[in-house]
Amino acid sequence: MKTLHPDLHLSLIETAIPAWQGEISAGDLQLICHKVRAGGGRLVALWGRDLRAANTAKPKSDELPASEQAGFMLHVLLLNESGLLCLNLPLNADLPRYPDISRIFPAADRMQRAVYDLLGLRADPAQDQRNWLRHAAWPVDCFPLRKDFACNPRLPLSDIPLSNTLPQAGEKTIDHSSAESGSQTHDDYPFVQVEGQGVHEIAVGPVHAGIIEPGHFRFSVVGEKVLRLEERLGYTHKGIEKRFESMSLQQGAKLAGRVSGDSTVAYAWAYAMAAESIAKLTPPDTALWMRALFLERERIANHLGDLGYLGNDVAFSFGFAQFWILKEQLLRNNAALFDHRYLMDVIIPGGVSAGINEAGKQCLLAECVMLEREVHGLFSLYEEHAGVQDRFVGTGVVMPKLAAQLGLCGLAGRASSQGWDTRVQFACAPYGMLDVKMAMQQNGDVAARVAVRFDEIFESLRLQRDIMTNLLGGDELAYPLTQLPANGFGIGMVEGWRGEVMVALHTDATGKFERVHPHDPAWQNWPVLEHAIIGNIVPDFPLINKSFNLSYAGHDL
Amino acid sequence: MYQIIKQIIKTGIKSEVPPPPDEALRVSPARLQQQILDIFGGALAIRFVDAGSCNGCELEIHAVNNPYYNLEGLGIKFVASPRHADMLLVTGPVSRHMAEALKRTYEATPDPKLVVAIGDCACTGGIFAADDSQAGESYASCGKVSNLIPVDVAVAGCPPTPTAIMQGILTALSTQK
Repeated sequence: MKTLHPDLHLSLIETAIPAWQGEISAGDLQLICHKVRAGGGRLVALWGRDLRAANTAKPKSDELPASEQAGFMLHVLLLNESGLLCLNLPLNADLPRYPDISRIFPAADRMQRAVYDLLGLRADPAQDQRNWLRHAAWPVDCFPLRKDFACNPRLPLSDIPLSNTLPQAGEKTIDHSSAESGSQTHDDYPFVQVEGQGVHEIAVGPVHAGIIEPGHFRFSVVGEKVLRLEERLGYTHKGIEKRFESMSLQQGAKLAGRVSGDSTVAYAWAYAMAAESIAKLTPPDTALWMRALFLERERIANHLGDLGYLGNDVAFSFGFAQFWILKEQLLRNNAALFDHRYLMDVIIPGGVSAGINEAGKQCLLAECVMLEREVHGLFSLYEEHAGVQDRFVGTGVVMPKLAAQLGLCGLAGRASSQGWDTRVQFACAPYGMLDVKMAMQQNGDVAARVAVRFDEIFESLRLQRDIMTNLLGGDELAYPLTQLPANGFGIGMVEGWRGEVMVALHTDATGKFERVHPHDPAWQNWPVLEHAIIGNIVPDFPLINKSFNLSYAGHDL
Repeated sequence: MYQIIKQIIKTGIKSEVPPPPDEALRVSPARLQQQILDIFGGALAIRFVDAGSCNGCELEIHAVNNPYYNLEGLGIKFVASPRHADMLLVTGPVSRHMAEALKRTYEATPDPKLVVAIGDCACTGGIFAADDSQAGESYASCGKVSNLIPVDVAVAGCPPTPTAIMQGILTALSTQK
């Protein structure tokens, strides 16, 4: 990592990918962010920790570093061509404020708002200070991730604030605040309104028309054309980060695998990688190869499903039937060989819980041959179908320049020339031996995101073959790892099918979880979807949305 | 067009035999009379509600529509509005932020109606429930679906298989023996 600032002293985080950390002061945060941004770097994640109780126990002394006296700690995780850079910013216990970085990294906007909702750390002076993950489940002056969070977290069910939590299109804010308890605030979220002749609003969700996760979309339209889309997320917030803090390492592995069900392998691996980084443990070779096999199978399964739905969304239900037959066959092989259709809980801290024998390998090799043949056939059918191409090409465009500005990442980023793939640039074992070829497109439309999915399926099938050749069948699937060392900090990052999935773990003085922060690439990509729809027609929104297929659960936590 | 028809013929019919109803999945005594169920049985409309799930159960609910399980082949289809629905299929622990939307969706569904809870979290609050919670709740989760609306049939599993989900739906449609 190059020198970014004279006062920034970096230390290596021992994990499977190149990562450094360094403590900075508030005054240097924006400067360093600017420098990383100018060098083509990106923001990966932003989270905070409550250290008040832990640090007041320590004797006060001027000798102690700032981090030992801080009330709170803010972590800003950046990524550039050298690797991950975690900036640690100690904050005052009484006035926890830090400089706004959303003007440098637009993706920071919602992350900063979430950090305030959950922990009460305020970016100052941020343009947008509306609540984000908090709706009405807890009061405005309560912060669930603070260690002293006690303002009766469990409201009786009958007291759940009703009738104000759901946004109403075009309705001006009305104050319904209940008199009996000042703590029960409702969510009168002020959407940005577009005014003008013929402009009207369409409110969609949180319950969506299809089999989709919940979220709210507010369209401002003229006729069929969308002028503006504003998203409102946080509906599936179920307190995952708080939940982690009372869990053991093993229980946490299960929870990590359920942050976003479609990316269970990616999360479980990132979590295990972070834990192994704290424990300074490298899992057995066989386990690493198995993990890569699972991750590629997860990628293939999701891409097959999406390609089917993208056909369905342009009234080509033939595509849905065909791709979902293929996906089902893959899921059934997963169930037969690894005991779970979606591979939940097969990755554990220290290794994996499922191996593969020679018969299993033969089964998967036969599946590779079948999938390659069938997907090639369907690729030609999609390519040559005028109706399908008419809907795909030029729809939901995100130009590369905009993608770079907004920090679009993962699959959607690669469809807009953003050449980031953790498996390529920061190839952790075993990807270093696999030489992954990155799929890239530059048009940034639905067609480009479809093309990236096809390319990635073929590449993942190739990788699966190579993995099977390299899997020599060592007996050991996992080294024991039940307890983490005290005061540890570990990071794991894995290229899931949607993009880079990151998990950060902090342990306390007894080796228990002090803070766990999972980060989904959807955080970066949801805001870009608002841009992708501009100027398109309302009926194309489901198609554009599906072409990104972003996670609600992984984002809302 | 020729290629598409050729592929359809080559693929053939993949649909498998649907599972029989299983009374063990029923959580409350049958609320609807046989006559009503007979009418439903021919053409049931389902409204799906994700009340806070991790998206794992949704993957399997998608799968019940694939050619192997072919739920629609039994006359059972997913509809876009609760006002068109006979049954709600609900996943997830109910997050507090979705509680209101779930209640409203239930109220918007015309009587007589059925509710099937899908997945461990919908049945108990699952892994997201706080350690000391009886009903699967936490500061952000209201726990199991039956904490908020009446549930006829509950299907456990993380996620339940498409066969189990179909079995749950078909159980709700059958009468208690």
